Amino acid sequence: MEVQDFVQKNSLGEKLFQQKIDTETKIEPKDWMPDAYRKTNIRQISQHAHSEVVGMLPEGNWITRAPSLKRKAILLAKVQDEAGHGLYLYSAAETLGISRDEMIEQLLTGKAKYSSIFNYPTLTWADMGAIGWLVDGAAILNQVMLCRTSYGPYARAMVRICKEESFHQRQGFEILLVLSKGTPEQKAMCQDAINRWWWPSLMMFGPRDSESTNSDQSMQWKIKRKTNDELRQQFVDMCVEQVKVLGMTLPDKDLQWNEQRGHYDFGEINWNEFRNVVKGNGPCNKQRLNARKKAHEDGAWVRAAAMAHAKKKAENVKQNAA
Amino acid sequence: MKQSPNSQCLIPYILFLADSTLILSHRNSEWCGHGPILEQDIALTNIALDLLGQSRNFYQYAAELINEQQNLQDVKVPPSEGFREASEDSLAYLRNERDFKNLLLVELPNGDWGQTILKQFYFSTYQLYLFQQLQNHSNQQLAAIAAKAIKEVMYHIRWSSEWVIRLGDGTEESNERMTNAVEALKDYTNEMFIAADYEVEMAIDLKLIQQQWTEKVKTVFEEATLSLPEKVFNQTGGKRGIHTEHLGYILAEMQHLQRAYPNAEW
Repeated sequence: MEVQDFVQKNSLGEKLFQQKIDTETKIEPKDWMPDAYRKTNIRQISQHAHSEVVGMLPEGNWITRAPSLKRKAILLAKVQDEAGHGLYLYSAAETLGISRDEMIEQLLTGKAKYSSIFNYPTLTWADMGAIGWLVDGAAILNQVMLCRTSYGPYARAMVRICKEESFHQRQGFEILLVLSKGTPEQKAMCQDAINRWWWPSLMMFGPRDSESTNSDQSMQWKIKRKTNDELRQQFVDMCVEQVKVLGMTLPDKDLQWNEQRGHYDFGEINWNEFRNVVKGNGPCNKQRLNARKKAHEDGAWVRAAAMAHAKKKAENVKQNAA
Repeated sequence: MKQSPNSQCLIPYILFLADSTLILSHRNSEWCGHGPILEQDIALTNIALDLLGQSRNFYQYAAELINEQQNLQDVKVPPSEGFREASEDSLAYLRNERDFKNLLLVELPNGDWGQTILKQFYFSTYQLYLFQQLQNHSNQQLAAIAAKAIKEVMYHIRWSSEWVIRLGDGTEESNERMTNAVEALKDYTNEMFIAADYEVEMAIDLKLIQQQWTEKVKTVFEEATLSLPEKVFNQTGGKRGIHTEHLGYILAEMQHLQRAYPNAEW
C-alpha cells in the first residue's frame, strides 16, 4: 500500500470511528480504531478480567468455613460467577488482538494491574457481607456505566455481568443484615467489617478527577461516561442511606448532608495508603499474586497434557480419514 | 415389594450418604480459585456445588426422620439450644469426627489435579451405580433424591473420566502423575463395596455395584493407558466413624463458626 493510500484510508477510518462515537454506535472488533483506543480498552478490560479472577481469592478464603450449608452454597456460586465474569472479559479483550495467555503473563509479571481492593484480607465471616455490599456495590456503579461503553464486546459482557453482580450485592447486604440482628459478637463483627472495608471501597473509584491520567481521553471516547469523583459521590450517597437499615455506622466523622450540593460531604481519603497498595505494598499484594502464580505453575503439566492429548486425537482422526 | 428399612438403619445410612457428598464437596471447594485453567476451576466448583446440594437433600431428610423419632441421642446430635431440632446444619456442623460416616476416600487430601480427578471419577462412578439402585428403592424419598442426583452424577463421570483419559494419555509426566494417583488411592476404593451394619438392611446389591464400577474403571483406564492397581489392601472404617487423621482438620475448619459462636444464626 502506498503511503498516500494508507493515510487516506486511515483518516477515513478515523472519521467513521468518530462518527460512530458521536452517534452512539458501538465500535466492533473489525472496525478501524485508533491505536490508543485499542490499547486503552485492552488495558481496562484485561485489568477488569484480572480483578474478577484475583477477586476469587479473598472470598474463596471463607468457602470451607462458611457458617451454614446454605451460605456455603451461595458463596461457592458467587465465586464461581466471578470466574465466569473473568472468562467473558478475557474473551472480550481477545477481540482486540491479545491472547488470554499474554494477558495472564502480564498479570503474573506484575505488568498488568487488578483492582487494589483485593489486596485487603478477609478476616471474619462479616467480610463476606461487607465485600458483597460495599465492594460489589462500588463495582456495580462502575459496571452499570460500562454497559453503555463504546466498545461493543465490552458493553455486552457488562450487561451479563451486571445482572449477576446486583444479585451478589443483595446477598452481601443480607449477610450483614442477619449479623446486625444477631448476638453482640455478631453485631461487633458486622461493624468491624464495615469499618475496614469502607475506605478501601471509596478508593476503588480511583484517583481524584484532578489527578486521573486516563480519564479525559476515556470520557471523550465514551469508554467512561462518568468521572471517578461523580461515581464516588453517587456511592457515598447510596451507602449512607443503606447503612441506616443495618443500624450500623460508616467510619467517617466528616460525613454530613450538604444542602447546597444536594450530596453528602465526606472525609479525605488516605491517598498515601491508596498509592502504597497500588504500588504493591498492600497487606495481601504478595499473597494474591503468589496464589495466582502457584495455580498457574501447578497447572502447567495439566495444560500440557491436555494439549498433547488433543494433538494425538486429532492425528488419529486424520489417520483414520486417510 | 421390599420392606422399608427401619429407621435405626435408615438414619445412619442417609448420614453416610450425606457425609460422603459433603466432605467431597469440601475437598473440591478447596480448589476454587486455584485450578489449572479457569474453565476447569469453574467445572470443579460446579461439581462441589452439586455435591453440596445432594448432601443438603440427604441431611434434610435425615433431620426430618430424627425429629419424627425425637430420639436425638441415638444419632448423637449434640444437644444445643440453637438447634432444639435436628437440621441440615446441626447434622453437618455439630457432629464430631467419630459420628461422621463418610468414606475414607473422600476425606483424603486433594493431592495434585490428577489425584483430585481420579478421586472424583471413582466416587462418581460408584454414585451412579448406587443411585441407579436407590432410585427404585422402596423408600420413596431416598428414591427421589437419588433420581434427581443421577443427572448430575452422569455429568460428573463424563467430565472426570475425560480428564483421566486426557492425563493418562497426555504426556510422560501426566501419565506418571496419574499412575501415582492410582497408587495413592488404591487402598481406599473397596470400602465403597463393603457393607456397614446399617447398610445390610438397605438391600443394596453392592456386589453388582462393584462389578459395574470395575468394568467402567477398566474401560476408562484402557483408553487412558493406565493399569489397574495390584496388591490392594482395603482401608476401611469411615462408614462406622473410624477415620483417617485428615477428617478432624476438615471438621475443625468447616465447623469453626458454629462452634465458636454457639446458638448464633447466620
